[in-house]
Formats: sequence, structure tokens, C-alpha cells
Amino acid sequence: MQILFDNLQVLFQGLALGSIYSLVALGFVLIIRATNVVNFAQGDFAMLGAYAMVMFFTGLEWPYWLAFIASLVAMAIFGVIFNYGVYYPLRHRSFLPVIISTLGASIFLQNTVLAIFGPQPRPMDKVLAADGITVGGVFLDSQYLVILAVTMAMVLFTYVFFEHTLLGKKLQATSQDKDMARLLGIPVALMISITFIYSAVLGGLAGVLVGPILFVSIGMGSIIALKAFAATIIGGFGDVTGAIVGGLLLGVIESLAAYHISVPYKDAYAFLALFIFLLIRPSGIFGEKVSEKA
Amino acid sequence: MQRLHPPTLVFIGILALAAAIVPYLFPVSSYVVQMFMQAVTYAVAVLGMVVVLGYTGQINLAQAAFFGFGAYGVALGTVGGGLGFWISLGLGVGVATFAGFLLGATTIRLGGHYLAMITISFQQIFDLVLVNWIEVTRGPDGIAGIERPSLFGYVLEDDRAYLLFCALVLYALVFAVWWLPNTRLGRAMRSVRENQLAAEVVGVHTLRTKVVAFALSALLGAIGGGLYAAGFAYISPDNFNFARSVEFLTASLLGGVQSPFGGVIGTVLIVQMPEWLKQLPEAMRFIKDVYLAVYGIGVILIMVFLPEGIWGLIKLWRGRFAKPVVTDTSGIAPLDFDVSGKNGGVLLKLTGLAKHFGGLKAVDGIDLEVQRGTVHALIGPNGSGKTTSLNVVSGIYKPTLGSVVLDGEDVSQTQPHQRAGRGVGRTFQNIRLFATLSALENVMVGAQRDRNPIQGGNRALRARAMSALQFVGLADRAHVIVRNLPYGHQRLVEIARVLAGHPKLLLLDEPAAGLNQTEKMELVELLKRLRGHGLTVFLIDHDMGLVEKVSDRISVLNFGRKIAEGSPQEVLRNPDVIAAYLGTEGKVN
Repeated sequence: MQILFDNLQVLFQGLALGSIYSLVALGFVLIIRATNVVNFAQGDFAMLGAYAMVMFFTGLEWPYWLAFIASLVAMAIFGVIFNYGVYYPLRHRSFLPVIISTLGASIFLQNTVLAIFGPQPRPMDKVLAADGITVGGVFLDSQYLVILAVTMAMVLFTYVFFEHTLLGKKLQATSQDKDMARLLGIPVALMISITFIYSAVLGGLAGVLVGPILFVSIGMGSIIALKAFAATIIGGFGDVTGAIVGGLLLGVIESLAAYHISVPYKDAYAFLALFIFLLIRPSGIFGEKVSEKA
Repeated sequence: MQRLHPPTLVFIGILALAAAIVPYLFPVSSYVVQMFMQAVTYAVAVLGMVVVLGYTGQINLAQAAFFGFGAYGVALGTVGGGLGFWISLGLGVGVATFAGFLLGATTIRLGGHYLAMITISFQQIFDLVLVNWIEVTRGPDGIAGIERPSLFGYVLEDDRAYLLFCALVLYALVFAVWWLPNTRLGRAMRSVRENQLAAEVVGVHTLRTKVVAFALSALLGAIGGGLYAAGFAYISPDNFNFARSVEFLTASLLGGVQSPFGGVIGTVLIVQMPEWLKQLPEAMRFIKDVYLAVYGIGVILIMVFLPEGIWGLIKLWRGRFAKPVVTDTSGIAPLDFDVSGKNGGVLLKLTGLAKHFGGLKAVDGIDLEVQRGTVHALIGPNGSGKTTSLNVVSGIYKPTLGSVVLDGEDVSQTQPHQRAGRGVGRTFQNIRLFATLSALENVMVGAQRDRNPIQGGNRALRARAMSALQFVGLADRAHVIVRNLPYGHQRLVEIARVLAGHPKLLLLDEPAAGLNQTEKMELVELLKRLRGHGLTVFLIDHDMGLVEKVSDRISVLNFGRKIAEGSPQEVLRNPDVIAAYLGTEGKVN
């Protein structure tokens, strides 16, 4: 019986961790769909969001909810800056220069934050004061519950936003065919800016939520981003549902493997899962096989 | 590829040699010697980036891991195994090359973003293993007391001697990497970088080329790592992490990733930069603290403003003084054709050919025979399945049903490059050339297909390519980079690229698209000459005038099915064909 509880406990943590991957993966996918490039600084969005929270909440001692909102607003502004600083000048080039440019941005962001906040990881308060609840022998940490709830809400919101609002449709049109969208009078540059804003806010949100669990550190984003990107491949490259399912799956795989096999290699399991997927089903769970047309 | 003249090469050689013996001539602190040792060994690894990223266009973010394989090979071999430097280096390099091959072979077909991700993952796993597998790697403490190699019984204990040795290795490798682009393999790599689909269709085994590039990159990385380990006598996992991979990447981009010289320049700058920042006046010292942040911004700025790196600038500057290359067009052999036939009159036979995309039946059961030595046109309204048919014949798509038989051999399931190797050549509607290669190089890639019946190496390929360019009337433009050619000429280069491969069957995908009237007339003349040589041509076009003038036989498609076939006169008067193009009067669907 205890074994079952332990496994359920691990499963629960895996799902919560996976939700974080899902949130960041969602940000990845939205940018991939809008611009056809992978943003290798996506994880640093999470890191920045978490440090913004450290600044507003711990540093300026604003109330939690105000600091929370301020962090997300800061991330939205950052999304615009990122778009115009990193992606926009290279928008007519192939994907390789853009990837490299986002890598450069990642180095820049991490080291700038390092210069300002120092290398010491910062603790972060949970959203709720309560510790958690125990249900049938499984302890449900309140922060994990919040993460699961917020992720679900964001996924729902994203779905409604993209499928049932005019702005969402315009964003979809932009991601599918920029030239046609432009001809129809959709301001493509603005749409791409909005995508970056949305993606930065999602990343920041993930960072604020995961901060209390992992501590806020310079490198927190990189490892999350790598796994989130692995999640997008496992789920199906560029597929929204795939990103979410892939993220949850990875979180669970990772937690179970760490519990049953070995903890030091925790970060390796996600990558092993990725390799195995690429060998067996490179198009991912929800992906379609795409081939270049002549 | 712009070549360096022999005098320039000698000059660079003397300069490089002088740089390496400086420590012997002037008193230099051991610190400086060590810094140069770092630069030289890093530069070897960066050469790997030049091969894989610069030449082949495939990203590798795990170069530090391959560097690490070499370093740990030497470290573990000499310290724990008592194997001596050379054997240890050989083992490390061997394992790295094998790992690179394996990584490439399993994942490189995915390319692009996937490759970036996979190589990062590989790098991260490598890092985790170095830190955690303490029994073997000794974990975060690292390994000390690594041995230096001995040459002719003389152990290179002196740092200056070892630096000289490393520099010589670097020069040899720079020379090899500089030589590579003008070999078969190098041209194949560059064609993959420029246009993978075209490379495959022209006959380049693109997958193999990429895997080889990746393995070569790993090999160079490991050599650099081995030299590094012996140079510093101590290594630990943080020499081989992701940040180091990014450093290699940045160095190659800064210097210019498409040239080994650029790679070396970039590496020296990257290694020296922190030192120069230390020399800054007091007021600017803060730059040193945010050095890595500046470095990140630097990467973005390079990508935006200096896409070809410093070497690109030097090339541009040199280009201003360069005399235009005059192509010697004398003594070019006339182009010969492979029109030998052993399997009767039918060269291409499509039986029940179908290609479905989900529910869409783009091609829905076509039977068609192309007679040897004829020009056969395939026409039909938009969306009738012409281009899809051509893609199935050239191997870009596999048929859903039915078969493609070429000269008596069923090729339905073969890859495009294998079909090129059997004599299928094609051009594309939206010209697909290797944009940054010269016309000559483009055509040479076509000439180097498997089983092309020409004898000899590069010289023969070159002669063949010149003949093909002469045939289309562009021999005097052989050294022009094709993206600088006018559109009409680009089409002709594409045709020459195919002809250089001795095609048995020439597939032309809307060759007249985008041409003006004069150019169309010239194309008609060219097609007639090709038919005169007995070449079999299977073409698609919308221009009825052109099709009528050049074709012996026409097949008409509509909605993925063949609705008519015959001589031009018969077909163009066929009421079904007219209906398919213009619709029928008074009939409501």
C-alpha cells in the first residue's frame, strides 16, 4: 500500500513539474508557429519572470498579488523588446541565424541578471500560505496544486483566445501564411509582437510559479527550456496540444525515473525519452509527417 | 569559392610560422604561452564547426562534448591506463568520431531545429555523465598529471615546444579544411547547405554527406580536446559544458564560419578578449564584470551585421582589388550524351501510378510510357497532378500505388539520389540552384553523381561541367556566383547541371516559367538540340506554344487521371482536353 502511495506522490509531483514544462512549451510553440523559429531564450523568460518577482516582492516588498501582476506586465514589455531586438532584424533570414541570435540573447540575459542579482539562488514564497493537504495518504503541496490549476486555466484561455476571438484568428492567419494575412489587412508585425508578448508572459508565469520549488537561479530557465523543447518534439513539433501533453508526460517520466532509478541523472531521463521518441516516432504524438514540396 | 593565390598562401604560411616561434625569439611569460595554447587547441575544435556548420549548414551545439571525448581519452589513457599520449588520443578521437557518427546517423535526417535540440541534449547528458560517473571520470575533481606526447624521442615538456607542435597540427588541419570545399565531398556538403532537396535530386547522398560532416566535426573536436588536455595537464568537467560549446560556436561565427581562416581568427579573438578587457582604464572596468553579457549581445550583433564574420569582411575587401576571373573557353570538349539503350523502345513506364495525400488523390492511377529518344510532354490544368507525377518519378514522393519502371528496372522505392545515379535528372519550376556556388561548381555537383560514366577526378568533373555549360551557352559565365546571374541564365545553369550527369531521362518542370519571349525561343532551340542528340525528355509546361513546338507526344492529366494522349495535333483538338482547359458550354455541374 505504501508503495502505491509513494508512486502516486511521485506521479503528482511529476504532473506539477510537467505543467511547468507545458507552459514553457506552449510559449515555444506559439513562437514557432508565428515565426518558424525556435526561441532558445524561452527558458530565460521563466528566469526573468522569477527574478522580476524577486525584485518586486522581496526587494521592493510590494504585496504578493501586486508583485505578481507587475512581474507579468514587465514580461509583456520584455516580449516586445525581445521581438524587436532579437527576432525582427533577422526576420528575412533563414532559421539558423535566428536560432543563434536567440542563443546570444540567452547568454546576455543570464549574465545581465547574474551581474545584477549575483550568483546566490533566491528563495521565493508560495502563492498560498497553506502548506498543502493530504488526500488518502498522498500529500498535495499547495504550490503544486496552484501550478496545476493555473496551467489548466492558461491552456483553456489559450484555446478560447485562439479559436474563438478575432484577434486569435488573426494570429492564426499570420502564423499560417504571412503574405496572405498581410494582403487581407492584418498587421503582421503587430501580430508577431503580440505572439512574443503572450509567449513571454507564459514563460514569466511559469518562472514565478516554479520559483518556490526550484529556487530562483540564473540557470533555472535553461534546463526548463530544454525539457520544454523536448516536450514539443515528443508532442509533435509545432502542435499546441502536443506541447501540453508532451510536457506532462516528460514531467511524469522524469519524476518516476528519478524515484525508481537514480536521482543524479534526473535531467538525463527527459533527453533519453526524447532520443527514444525521435528514433521510434520522430513526428511526435500529434505531429504529422511533413515533407518539403518541390 | 574564392580561392587564395599561391603567393597569398605562402605569405599566410610564413606569418603563421612566425607567430608560432615568437616565444623562442622573445621572452614571453608562461601565462601568455598558455593562453596561446588554449587558442590553438580551441581553434582545432572550431575547425570542426567550420566543416559542419559553415560548409554543410548543420548546427552542432555539442562540440564541447566531442572536445571532451578527446580530452578525457588522453587524460584517462595516460593517467589511469598508462597507454601513452598517441594511443590515448587515438582512442579518444575514435570514440568521439563514432559518437558523432552515431548521433548523426540516428537524428540528422530531422535537421534544423531538431538537430540544435538533440545536440544540446547530448551535450547535457555528456556533462551529467562527466560529473556523476565518478568511478570512471573522477567526477567534478577532474584529472591531473596528464602526459605530453613525445616526438622522435623528445618529450614536449617545454610549453613553447608543445605550443609549436600544436600550432603545426593546427596548420595542417587548417590546410585540410581549406582544401575540403573543392573536393567531391566538400561540394556535396556545400550543395546540402544551399539546397538540400536539389542536392538530393541531383544525386548527392544528402544523409550520408551530413553524417560524414558531423563525424568529421567530432573528429576535429576530439583532436583539439586531446591536445588541450596534454597541454594543461589538468582537466575537469567544466571545461566541456554547454557554455564551451556556445563559445566554439561564437568563435566560428565571429571569425567567419565558412572559412578555416575565419574560424582561427574568431577563436584567437574570443580567447584573448577577456585579457584585453583587463587592460581597460579604471572607468571602463565594469565591462569586464559584464563580459559574458556583452558577449551575448555580440552574438546577436554578429548575426545581424556581420553574417559572414570577420573573414567575410576581409574577403569583401580583397574582392575590391581582385581582377575579374576570365574563363578560358577554349578547348572545351563537346557534350556527349548517354542515349545507349538495351531494353527496347520504352525508357520510362508508369503503371497504375497513384499518389494520395490523406483523402486527396493528387495522382489517381496513371499509365504512361515515354519512348526512348522522344520529347514527351505532360500537360493539364492547375491541380491536375502534373508536378506530383514528376515528384513521384524523380523520387521525392513514393507512390501510394503502382510502379515507376526506368529502362526495365523498377525504381519505385528508391531515393531521389539513387534515381539520379540511374540516370534520372530533373529541374525545378522554381529554380533550385546552390545560390552561393559558382555556375561551374553547381554543374560539377551534377557531374559527380554516382555511376556517371566519366573517368578521372576533379579535372574530369570540371571538364565535363565546362562542356555542359558550353552546351547551354554559358561557358564564359562559369565563375559567376549563380545568384548573381539573371533569371534566364539560372534556368540554363540548372539544365546544364542535369546534363553534366549524363541523364538517360531528363525531367523538366515548367522550364518556360518566368522566361520572356526571346528566352522561350532559346529554350525551344535548346530542347530541339537535345532531341537531336537523342536524349529522352519528359516535361511539364503550361505554354502550349512551346509544348506544341517541341513535343513528339503529349499526355493530358485532369483531376489526377490521364484523359488524352497522342501527337500534339491530335491532343490539342481533342474535345475532352479543350473542355478540361476551358470548361464546356451550356453544361451545369
